[in-house]
Amino acid sequence: MLSYFLRRLLMAIPVMFFVAVFVFLLLRLTPGDPAQAIAGDQASLAQLEAIRESLGLNEPLSVQFVTWIGQMLQGDFGRSLISDRPVLEMIGQRLGPTLALALVAMAMTLLIALPMGVLAAWRHGGMTDRLVMAVSVIGFSVPIFVIGYVLIGVFAVHLRWFPVQGYKALADGIGPFAHRIFLPGLALASIYIALISRMTRASMLEVLREDYVRTARAKGLPEGLVLFRHALRNAAIPILTVVGTGFAMMISGVVVTETVFNIPGLGRLVVDAVLARDYPLIQAIILLTAGTYVLINLAIDLSYALTDPRIRYQ
Amino acid sequence: MTFHPLKSLGLAALLAGTIALPAWAETTLTAVMQAPLRSLDPHLSTAQIVRTHGFMVFETLLGMDADYQPQPQMADYVVSDDMLTYTLTLREGLMWHDGTPVTAEDCVASLMRWSQSDGSAKTMMQYVDSIEATSERELVIHMKSPFGPLLELLAKPSPIPAFMMPKRLADTPVGEQIPEIIGSGPFKFVADDYRPGDQAVYVKNEDYVPREEPASWTAGAKVVNVDRVVWQAMPDMQTSINAIQSGDVDLIEQVTIDLLPLLAMNDEVETGILNPLGAQVTGRFNHRLPPFDDPEVRKAAMYALDQETLMQTAIGNSEYYQLCPSIYGCEVPLASDVGAEYLEGSADERMAKAQELLAASGYDGTPVLMMQPTDLTVLTTQPIVAAERMREAGFTVEVASMDWSTLQSRKNGWQPVAEGGWNYFFTYWGVAGIWNPLVHSLINGSGDDNSWAGWPVNARMEELRADYLTAGTLDEQKQIAEEIQQIAWDDSFYFNAGEFKSVAAWRTELQDIQSGPITLFWGVHK
Repeated sequence: MLSYFLRRLLMAIPVMFFVAVFVFLLLRLTPGDPAQAIAGDQASLAQLEAIRESLGLNEPLSVQFVTWIGQMLQGDFGRSLISDRPVLEMIGQRLGPTLALALVAMAMTLLIALPMGVLAAWRHGGMTDRLVMAVSVIGFSVPIFVIGYVLIGVFAVHLRWFPVQGYKALADGIGPFAHRIFLPGLALASIYIALISRMTRASMLEVLREDYVRTARAKGLPEGLVLFRHALRNAAIPILTVVGTGFAMMISGVVVTETVFNIPGLGRLVVDAVLARDYPLIQAIILLTAGTYVLINLAIDLSYALTDPRIRYQ
Repeated sequence: MTFHPLKSLGLAALLAGTIALPAWAETTLTAVMQAPLRSLDPHLSTAQIVRTHGFMVFETLLGMDADYQPQPQMADYVVSDDMLTYTLTLREGLMWHDGTPVTAEDCVASLMRWSQSDGSAKTMMQYVDSIEATSERELVIHMKSPFGPLLELLAKPSPIPAFMMPKRLADTPVGEQIPEIIGSGPFKFVADDYRPGDQAVYVKNEDYVPREEPASWTAGAKVVNVDRVVWQAMPDMQTSINAIQSGDVDLIEQVTIDLLPLLAMNDEVETGILNPLGAQVTGRFNHRLPPFDDPEVRKAAMYALDQETLMQTAIGNSEYYQLCPSIYGCEVPLASDVGAEYLEGSADERMAKAQELLAASGYDGTPVLMMQPTDLTVLTTQPIVAAERMREAGFTVEVASMDWSTLQSRKNGWQPVAEGGWNYFFTYWGVAGIWNPLVHSLINGSGDDNSWAGWPVNARMEELRADYLTAGTLDEQKQIAEEIQQIAWDDSFYFNAGEFKSVAAWRTELQDIQSGPITLFWGVHK
């Protein structure tokens, strides 16, 4: 298992290098000028040229690339062209809210979607099944921003149970944190609740037809135990795959949620960086995101072995 | 009655705690600004948000009052009779935020840095013989020849005001950003709480000594009545509206017009115009590329375009826009009706004239590439409407949609359209950035590569712009400004597409909000 883990980590190096080259070139081919983002619309060409020169943007692309890669190998992701702040410091400021939002949304998803899917499969064809499927269709069909606005309108503006916007870190207390993260977490979770409840239902339906489930029931085991210990565990592999890819997709979903609920997270940072053509910042965020994807995929692969003893990695 | 020592102790502790609470509580004004603050060097950027940030932290030697007059701010001044020597004396008690005193040497270094980045300051420097610190608190500007608008330039609020900073910061090369935000203004910048693009925090500068004259725009007493000002970026306007209604924020600098009815129903929120100058929308021709290298073709396009239609589609509510031919803004001292003939008649009559002019021009059907920004609400609709009007006049028009950042970069190149060039685009200018021929970038007729995008060439325009700088009286300035305006219309430098005002919203707890060419955070109470 350890050698498999290390081999997968080594394989990530060329992947990350390819991502680095691709992102670097793609950004340079995209029209736009960071100097203009700093100097504003009314700046003269001479002013823009002075800024470009000081930022090193007039250097040949190969020189810029080698400089950037060299800095990164020393753990230096560079400074933002626009704010002149260290890129890692800026990402550090924004990482917490995004991670908190994604984790809360994923926790809500699992807490709501798994029982929903199991229930729907158990009561296959009945009212519960239809209700779960209806909720799932709504979750798929309604965009996150609409769900966000509806939640704000009902629970924040009308009922005043929650604040309309903003974020409090866990360090400010569990109460304020939960109070502010609940609605955005639910909005972001909505589509994943739909996705994972459907996947759980489909996977459970297959497993519930297996002989060992019939045997477990014949032995007189309580239905809850049959469903959640025997059936769900065996249905877990496709669900885990979707949870893994869903978590990765969630990183992109946070952009909309962060905007609607005004959460100062990575999603908004990356949109800002793209609009301002802040190359080092975009490059660093994309590399970190790619690294996260690689690690999540690895974690999912490893979790298969934990849920299914037949799977062994060499 | 039973005595409970523990309960009594708890009550006593509670009372003590209550009594120990300070009578004073910190007041924080939270504002949603019109754009996120991403860079902080006010000498480097022409962006409105950086300018507003500049006026929080930094000061100018002179301030501009509501009558458009330069007034003493950091310094009092004396001008020699021959207009060749300006002596500026710093007022007492001026301190930088790092605790060191403001010196004339700091101000000289700041003026030198500013003059390398601001276009009109560069022009000024052609007339300056020397700028020197003659004592700790006195600096003298010696001119080679009289330069009428010098005081006005030192006081101007836009696009790059002459902000003062310590010499160690002012010595930073002009292409680089200053490493610290240390000014002498009424607010101190809190670097630790700054999140670029999301949040900027300012605290009251307790050591600041305001002037005694009443506050007027960027001049006079800058008395701060709140302890903290927090700028929060909110990319979604609906979120901002929700936030001001719930009391999460106190002020929204610019509310989109279509959402104003939501606030009209709320008694706790007021709306109004804080910047009386507004902004002018301008449609710019590329004078270097066909078909708009031909003045007759440009003129046909000018008649095809229509201020009312463009403003209606972009702003909608006529309460917040104004139509006028003045290229300096509709309500400034230099405003005039010169060139009004280009706007006369109904839209249909003007279209007929455009068709006639285009037919007579020999236009060969060369396509017009019109750039359309898709992420800047106030400029998204004009290209669509303008393209339709031009097509009706007989032009072949292609609208190229792109983000604002791409447009800004693309506008700086004059290569053929097939290689990434352009023919026409709209932008807008705060009136303080165009209110006289010195600061107005669009009327540069030099055709110089380094001039602002469009590159018109007109020798008479250049003569007049030079004459304006040496004009001695306001009447003389007005006369020259009018002739400049006539040429700008006759030679179709650009199309003045009308003026609009931004609407701000604030909670009723805020009192005494000041109006000005930028949003001002002094004077206001909460």
